[in-house]
Amino acid sequence: MDELLLIETVERYLKGDMTAQEKTFFEEIRKKNPDIDQLVVEHTFLFNELDNQANVKAFKHSLYEVENKLTEEGLIAKKQLTGKGKVVFLWKRYKRSIAVAASIAGLVSIVTTASISNYKNKEDKGAITDLMLKIDKTAKKVDDLDKRTLVTNTVTQKNPNPDFRATGFLIDGKGFIVTNAHVVNRMKTIYVENNKGEYFIAQTIFADKHTDLAILKINDTAFKQVYNLPYSINKSNSNLGEQIFTMGYPRNEIVYGEGYVSAKSGNDGDSTSYQVSVSVNPGNSGGPVLNKRGEIIGVITSKNSTADGVVFAAKSKNIYKLLDALKENGDTLKIKLPNNTGLKGLDREQQVRKMEDFVFMVVGN
Amino acid sequence: MSNFEQEKQLLEGLALNDREVVETIYRDNYPVIQSFILNNNGDSDEARDIFQEAMIVIYEKAVSGNFELNCQLKTYLYSVCRRLWLKRLHQLQRYGSLVENIEETVAVEEDLELHEKHNTDFILMETAMNKIGEPCKSLLDAYYLQKKNMQEIAADFGYTNADNAKTQKYKCLVRLKKLFFAQYKNGN
Repeated sequence: MDELLLIETVERYLKGDMTAQEKTFFEEIRKKNPDIDQLVVEHTFLFNELDNQANVKAFKHSLYEVENKLTEEGLIAKKQLTGKGKVVFLWKRYKRSIAVAASIAGLVSIVTTASISNYKNKEDKGAITDLMLKIDKTAKKVDDLDKRTLVTNTVTQKNPNPDFRATGFLIDGKGFIVTNAHVVNRMKTIYVENNKGEYFIAQTIFADKHTDLAILKINDTAFKQVYNLPYSINKSNSNLGEQIFTMGYPRNEIVYGEGYVSAKSGNDGDSTSYQVSVSVNPGNSGGPVLNKRGEIIGVITSKNSTADGVVFAAKSKNIYKLLDALKENGDTLKIKLPNNTGLKGLDREQQVRKMEDFVFMVVGN
Repeated sequence: MSNFEQEKQLLEGLALNDREVVETIYRDNYPVIQSFILNNNGDSDEARDIFQEAMIVIYEKAVSGNFELNCQLKTYLYSVCRRLWLKRLHQLQRYGSLVENIEETVAVEEDLELHEKHNTDFILMETAMNKIGEPCKSLLDAYYLQKKNMQEIAADFGYTNADNAKTQKYKCLVRLKKLFFAQYKNGN
């Protein structure tokens, strides 16, 4: 059989263009002649390949069209210029060696970073200082002069002559105060003093070293229960850049300071605290950090003494956790946290005036 | 319509080279693949190439008719692109650990091997077509790839009648066959 005729026949056979009679006849021939059968197989393959060629090309065409459309829409990033400019050309040419060099450089920089951060970590541990004030007794004498007049006016006449001073604030008008764990851990006897100069004896009921928070209870008959604390305690996280203010006793008198939330985690990525930027000094430990709505968002704990304006504050939601932990320990104190802020919308002076009655100096020796 | 049925329809449309289906798949999947490649030492051109190749992989599967997708199309595409990109990185000797979101992946090695084979055949056919020279190339292209009928072709190519064109076409086919199988046997 002539090859051309044969090819034509095979093609008609494969396409199904043959009549039934023709087809049977052709299949007869195919069975008898292995050569022809082989040819059919080869042609089938060839036609399939041609078909596939046609389909894939058509499909690629669709892909290009869709790509162009979506590139114009911006869904697909635009093609970069290639080989036109010299710089691009050189870049292409040296891409690999640059990549190798870059990865070496990367390694070096990682190594340096690691050693710096190692160093920094060591450094940091020494540099984080608690903000509790060790009271210098000689300086205290100066303070005592005006203190005496105050004390005589108050109901409680205990002057503990304290060694340490820090800050705390009421979380329940029955006399529960939050301060720092590092504060109470160093004190054998604890007194709290309000802004009127009244001293009350207090007792630690819970201290958590991990979050550096502690709860004190005023155990003094002179203390009168307070109703309606003006601030609430925030359960959620604060936003970066949120304006904040704090009040505390770095001096023998309440001091106001303001700033902002500068990081969502504390020292060394500690997620239980924030980094805030506010001016604080020893004595501010345990002071409340409030946002502009009058919600307590944190409690001042420590600062980095080598870096400027790096202050850490335990997140307020830890207070809730503390109470949960207390309950698990079978506590029956029924501490009820304030949940309404009466400071919202007030200007700062009024907020501070309403607040100051509930921020206490925590002193002891 | 359930997700499964929707994807089944997409694959059916893909097998028919439906442009809208192609566009839908691009819209739904391209951004993820692009950012994966950009995050892993690639540029936007490479992202396009990889995605195109992955599309051809699923197209071939869809055409073969026995494409049973036992995972989401999205997962399948991601797995294919990921594998293709790893291979490309290896070829380019750009080593480094893969940066990726934790996306579910499925095993696609077998499919890719098959695709690789298809691709080789595709290239062999393309080379053979390029080698046979004119007018054979245009003639075969018109008939087999563009699916024109013999009358049209006779007119376009200036043959006196369709039968002449047909004879010429078969001559060309014989040549193509020889070229193709010569390479095919060499290559395998």
